[in-house]
Amino acid sequence: MRFNILEIVRQGLSGNSGWGPHWRSPDPKPEYDVVIVGGGGHGLATAFYLAKEHGITNVALLEKGYLGGGNVGRNTTIVRANYMLPGNSEFYSHSLKLWEGMEQELNYNAMMSQRGIYNLFHSDGQRDAYARRGNQMISQGDDAELLDRAAVRRRLPFLDHDNARFPVIGALYHGRGGTARHDAVAWGYARGADRRGVDLIQNCEVIGIDIEGGRVRGVQTTRGAIRAKKVALVTAGRSSQTAAMAGLRLPIESHVLQAFVSEGLKPLIDCVVTFGMGHFYISQSDKGGLVFGGDLDFYASYAARGNLPMAEHVMEAGMALMPMIGQARVLRSWGGIMDMTPDGSPIIDKTDIRGLYLDCGWCYGGFKAVPGSGFSLAHLVATDRHHAPAARFRLDRFARGAVIDEEATGSQHNLH
Amino acid sequence: MRLTCPLCGDRDRREFYYLGHETWLDRPAADAPPEAWDAYLHLRDNPCGPTRDLWQHEAGCGAWLVVSRDTATHEIASVELAR
Repeated sequence: MRFNILEIVRQGLSGNSGWGPHWRSPDPKPEYDVVIVGGGGHGLATAFYLAKEHGITNVALLEKGYLGGGNVGRNTTIVRANYMLPGNSEFYSHSLKLWEGMEQELNYNAMMSQRGIYNLFHSDGQRDAYARRGNQMISQGDDAELLDRAAVRRRLPFLDHDNARFPVIGALYHGRGGTARHDAVAWGYARGADRRGVDLIQNCEVIGIDIEGGRVRGVQTTRGAIRAKKVALVTAGRSSQTAAMAGLRLPIESHVLQAFVSEGLKPLIDCVVTFGMGHFYISQSDKGGLVFGGDLDFYASYAARGNLPMAEHVMEAGMALMPMIGQARVLRSWGGIMDMTPDGSPIIDKTDIRGLYLDCGWCYGGFKAVPGSGFSLAHLVATDRHHAPAARFRLDRFARGAVIDEEATGSQHNLH
Repeated sequence: MRLTCPLCGDRDRREFYYLGHETWLDRPAADAPPEAWDAYLHLRDNPCGPTRDLWQHEAGCGAWLVVSRDTATHEIASVELAR
């Protein structure tokens, strides 16, 4: 079924009884050309672009739980291309362009909203750093605008501009950045991949990877063995575990990142604001909830829940930035498991095992990368050549010293 | 989360700084091959379950500690002085 206004009217008049499932639930076949392990945003996008861009449709995507049940269904939904370093800059630029065409491409409403992102600064040094970043973004072909104190005061009147410690003296504005409906992105890619013939197989956990003579032969799953010519591991959050099944040890440590949502409020913030000095960022969902977060809890964890000190820190930063937030009540919070790499940048690469590909290490920036990651990994799997915008996301870059350390914080997994 | 420092006793998590897995204690020799340094600086087993990692009682006695704990449950099994 193609979604359009006539269909909505027709379904509305017939009691909305004609909407069917958005994708099939096939049983796994014994063999596929490509098996994608992991049914999150990146895996689903990979399946979609394999079919659409490369005509490879004899593909199974295996998900141990349900589609979109991991971090793509629990994040703060921000989309942006405001990176600076070669490697990141071209990749996120490409990804944002895919975001801009995604809804038409998928025939699916992902509620993509380019509402603009403000990165606040509070000192001359920070302004210089943001001016440089803005220039880098513009040379990449993206948009950036340096706003002075008066402009920020006019556009974001609800901030505490005269905070004694961190007075707001300006902001870097990225107008094409914004937010999207995270679940819909997963569902849209799932539907698009399914319609092109990809088998999306849920409740199917991979428990082994078959390797013979240095080449991948398939996977063992809780629903039996599946042979495959190529296998892509797209399991951020559990990357170390899936890679270990192939004997690989990754440059990844898993950390918990918390986020918070307030009760639904009337429209209040029509953009995204980041307060780097307070380690805080905030936007408002279309349902009205303020969506905000901060830093990692800083120690390795798979618990998918955080500790109170970081929750307290985030609330304090929110109060410092916009004191009226104290009037709102927190509705819920959660902790997601982040693949932290030693330079804060991801990995999309082949491995020493022929036919085995890795897509992991997204730290806490995976959501905005969903289309770009899927596009680039599909290119790599289909052609065995790196897609140019993702060509620097190599697994061996740490050993080579070719790190992409956007925050310049050094070789420690939790500092990015 | 609270940690029991062997020198100071039961303390709030905020007094402690986390460095990473106890791999950090096995610093390669200066003339070790690049692979050893790569493994030391970057590669991790990253277990989901029992692990041993390195913390410092930064806002207390300053001692470096090896903490045995569970990454899936946040349960602390033991806290020892690092050697």
